[in-house]
Amino acid sequence: MKNRPKKPSVVIRIRKEMKRNWQLYVIIGLPLLYLITFQFIPLLGNVLAFKDYRIKQGIWGSPWAGFKYFQQFFNSPQFKNLLSNTLLLSFGQLVLGFPLPIVLALALNEALSPKFKKVVQTVTFAPYFISVVVMVSLVNLLLDPHVGLLAHWLSQIGIEGNLLGMPQAFRPIYILSGIWQTTGYSAIIYIAALSSIDPSLYEAAAVDGATRFQRILHINIPGILPTIVVMLILESGKIMNIGFEKVFLLQNDMNMVASEIISTYVYKIGMVKAQYSFSTAIGLFNSVINAIIVVTVNKIARKVGEGGLW
Amino acid sequence: MHMTGIFNRKKKKQRIHMGMRDKTFLTIVHVYLLLTLLIILYPLVYVISASLSAPHAVISGQVWLFPVDFSLEGYIRVFQNKTFLSGLRNSFFLLFCGTLINITMTVLAAYPLSRKNFAARRPLMFIFVFFMIFTPGIVPLYMVVKDLHLINTYWALILPTALSAYYVIITRTFFESSIPSALYESARLDGASEFKILLHIVLPLSKPILAVLALMYGVTHWNSYFNALLFIDKQESFPLALVLRQILIQNTVDITSVADMKTMLEMEGMRDLLKYSMIVISSIPILILYPFVQKYFVQGMMLGAVKE
Repeated sequence: MKNRPKKPSVVIRIRKEMKRNWQLYVIIGLPLLYLITFQFIPLLGNVLAFKDYRIKQGIWGSPWAGFKYFQQFFNSPQFKNLLSNTLLLSFGQLVLGFPLPIVLALALNEALSPKFKKVVQTVTFAPYFISVVVMVSLVNLLLDPHVGLLAHWLSQIGIEGNLLGMPQAFRPIYILSGIWQTTGYSAIIYIAALSSIDPSLYEAAAVDGATRFQRILHINIPGILPTIVVMLILESGKIMNIGFEKVFLLQNDMNMVASEIISTYVYKIGMVKAQYSFSTAIGLFNSVINAIIVVTVNKIARKVGEGGLW
Repeated sequence: MHMTGIFNRKKKKQRIHMGMRDKTFLTIVHVYLLLTLLIILYPLVYVISASLSAPHAVISGQVWLFPVDFSLEGYIRVFQNKTFLSGLRNSFFLLFCGTLINITMTVLAAYPLSRKNFAARRPLMFIFVFFMIFTPGIVPLYMVVKDLHLINTYWALILPTALSAYYVIITRTFFESSIPSALYESARLDGASEFKILLHIVLPLSKPILAVLALMYGVTHWNSYFNALLFIDKQESFPLALVLRQILIQNTVDITSVADMKTMLEMEGMRDLLKYSMIVISSIPILILYPFVQKYFVQGMMLGAVKE
């Protein structure tokens, strides 16, 4: 019997790799240091959720609390409201906001004049650069019940009162202003994907006598489907992490019933009321649910055969 | 013969018919695009016009498209506001330093991950994706920043967001798809080190993605206020976004110094005018940046985002 050539041991292989690529390891060193400091250590810090935090004893010295804070959250009267507010807002945003950039990209792709196309693209992209603070103050100014231009118009079609303080108006305001601001930006990625479709497909379609609409259905949409799936996965990653910044600014005492979501609550409990452990527990619950959603969506995408993010 | 004649006629008819359908379709598409354009453009025009009008015109709703009683009073008053100016200064500093660090870190992470012969590439990639999905909680992050004694320093606004895994992935994809591997081989034969390859070969070929990174990170630095809310509590260190939150959202415009305000209504008008002017001024720096990078932007987004 002949001896098969042995695979070099792991240690030797690692040593060889280090010798060959040590420069690459040095280059990625700084980013890794960042990940450890500002991502990994805070991740470990989540252990706070299972501790009764005492400042003097530090995170690790504080006594264990088990699932006390999770139970406190699940049993609290706010729990159901927070969860449904978060989910309603994100799903509303996803369902109403996700298709529009695709439609805009498909429409831009059909525009006859390149100049017109460029103008529309540039203008629709611009609101993306407006900051949340400015965006919310713009909403406040336009919807001001006394002097707001939009409030004035809406009152003429029967929508009256201080919309900024109405709980039932909060979600429409949040979602519609978001659509106004990001549709043009989100469309860019689909425009890019559309431009990489093989032009010979169009020629074949023209020979077959396909209408422009049929071309969209049978060439363009299938062509950008992988991009749509990737974007859907990325968007689903935001379901539980829906923007703290904008919600927090749009909040006021009057619309709190609809506008308090998990992330704003985590901030208030943790940073304003200094209940560190309780806040961490809620945040951790939120992250776990979020991770589960992303992984599930990715799995579904792979099953349906549309690839996935990983 | 007869048959083909009918067939030809039918085909011709069909073609005309299709043409009509295309025409209707194109009309709908263009009406839709025009509507979208107007809906997005109108508020922008309105804000600019309002900021250039007289206070009484803003408050009485006379402004709806063009400035009424043109005046630069709002802008003059904004530049007399010390809090606003200090915020503006702080934000420019953050924009410059923060974005520089962001780009450096992103490139340093993306470059090794793009090299096919880098054995740690897959596990490291997994780690980046993991942290993209699993973001740290507010309290644990606050404690790390506090333990490092970064509270009330600008490092607290720069370091915790020094890189975004999402842009690392996009940049890596860009490197992979636009730097031919033959280039690496010949560079290695010449005995160039990895640092040299990155600095002298890869980066000059990567202007589009660098433009995307500069714009995206720059926008984030200019616009976000949350980290400043968490980590900064000294008024004089506030970045612009936090100053704007005080002035625009919490309504703390200081107009008491304005002596010639006779009525409540006039004060109200002045306040709104100031807000419109601040909105315009604070949005200008980023909007100025955009045309410079636009040339590369779509290209960079395209190359970076297209899946392997």
